Amino acid sequence: MITLTVNDTVHELDLDPRTSLLDALRDHLALTGTKKGCDHGQCGACTVLVNGRRINSCLTLAIMHEGDAVTTIEGLGTPEALHPMQASFLDHDGFQCGYCTPGQIVSALGMLDEFRAGWPSHVSESLDGGTELSDEEISERMSGNICRCSAYPNIVHAIRAARDERADKGESEERT
Amino acid sequence: MREFAYSRAGDLEEAGRLAEEQAGRFIAGGTNLLDLMKLEVETPKALVDVSRLPLGEISPTEDGGLRIGAMVTNADLAADQTVRRDYPVLSRALLAGASGQLRNKATTGGNLLQRTRCYYFYETSAPCNKRNPGSGCAALDGFNRIHAILGTSDQCIATHPSDMAVAMLALDASVETRLPDGGSRTIALKNFHRLPGQTPEVESNLQPGELITSVVLPPPPKGRHIYRKVRDRASYAFALVSVAAIVAVENGKIASARLAFGGLAHKPWRDRAVEEALIGQEPSEALFEEAADLLLKEAAGHGHNDFKIPLGRRTLIAVLSEATKEAAQ
Repeated sequence: MITLTVNDTVHELDLDPRTSLLDALRDHLALTGTKKGCDHGQCGACTVLVNGRRINSCLTLAIMHEGDAVTTIEGLGTPEALHPMQASFLDHDGFQCGYCTPGQIVSALGMLDEFRAGWPSHVSESLDGGTELSDEEISERMSGNICRCSAYPNIVHAIRAARDERADKGESEERT
Repeated sequence: MREFAYSRAGDLEEAGRLAEEQAGRFIAGGTNLLDLMKLEVETPKALVDVSRLPLGEISPTEDGGLRIGAMVTNADLAADQTVRRDYPVLSRALLAGASGQLRNKATTGGNLLQRTRCYYFYETSAPCNKRNPGSGCAALDGFNRIHAILGTSDQCIATHPSDMAVAMLALDASVETRLPDGGSRTIALKNFHRLPGQTPEVESNLQPGELITSVVLPPPPKGRHIYRKVRDRASYAFALVSVAAIVAVENGKIASARLAFGGLAHKPWRDRAVEEALIGQEPSEALFEEAADLLLKEAAGHGHNDFKIPLGRRTLIAVLSEATKEAAQ
């Protein structure tokens, strides 16, 4: 038996060691918001937060995450009370088929935390962290999330708007 | 995925013992190993989870260098303030690699040990001397656009995919390990990876059960730090050619030059003859052409990857021009 903490709920699971974190979420906890796209870490549809960091849940074993805090799309908002990033994807039409959307949203939240921590990116002019979050920066930092419908322009708009809204409100942490 | 026994090591001693008892493979970030296990390219009987070992620190060394714990993630290493300030070529190389999600999981030790992305290594129905020694190399007469042009053999023309290791090679890094008998040793990174020769399945000089504990960087070298990566798309792709360069110009002449290359060979590539040809010389297009000639004099394409010879030439010349630009003005 392993203990897995997902969206602040502790679960006891009897898992084959081969079970990926993604399969544990979908097949054992019925948290099917996290999607399986490629299952090889290339598309980002399976993105979740582990201890606040975004990772590909398909490329890690559930058994390696005992004691970690896993956050999935289900842990962000509800249909009645959307997380601001979820609302922003709706407002800006940041999807077509929607399959990559949970991964995009979770990845965007992890990405914004990385940006606020001052992490540079491949396209940052300087490594000193004093960069603006331009559309080019958002695209580079989100390159681990593929959208088969190519809704990229509106995904960038949605992320930028959610980030601007949070900056306007002066909120530092809204996930929890 | 084939079945395996899983165990988590509580300390280094236990990691060594478990690996020896079970003939197991170490797993840390797992981003490459698990991918290969899903395809059954890798079929370990046992995995020893070393991800929670206390090897996650970045700390100064006594001589002014930096010790990077093997479990430091690629993301944390790229963002580390000391690395950004003193070893920018390493931050740039890391940020040019993989995706945000993968960099959050991939570790320093694991990055060094990642396997090639040769299509035929991944395709279990194809011959591959690296995956199945003695079966042949499908890349030699197959699709070989991403393959090596230097240091190849008639057994294997695969490339090493790491960006991080290319920058570390330019920085003269060394690898610290724990041996199965409890001892430790230090391996210069230039002696860590191997050329394919007749045994392409052996990619590093680690012994079975030997665990990377840290990578040590010497004191930061002076000069411009540049990492230039040429790839098929703007982000999240492996290098066709990459160059890590640390070049210092003093009194109008090149005082020091450290150059390492990715995408060209079975291991991160460094050629001292190229560096020596530059040192003491005034920067010029003709000098850079000469350096490129030296780098590529033994280069051989295999059809689809012939373009890497002119691409490697142009990339090196562009990087050297950029590195010496201010001094030339």
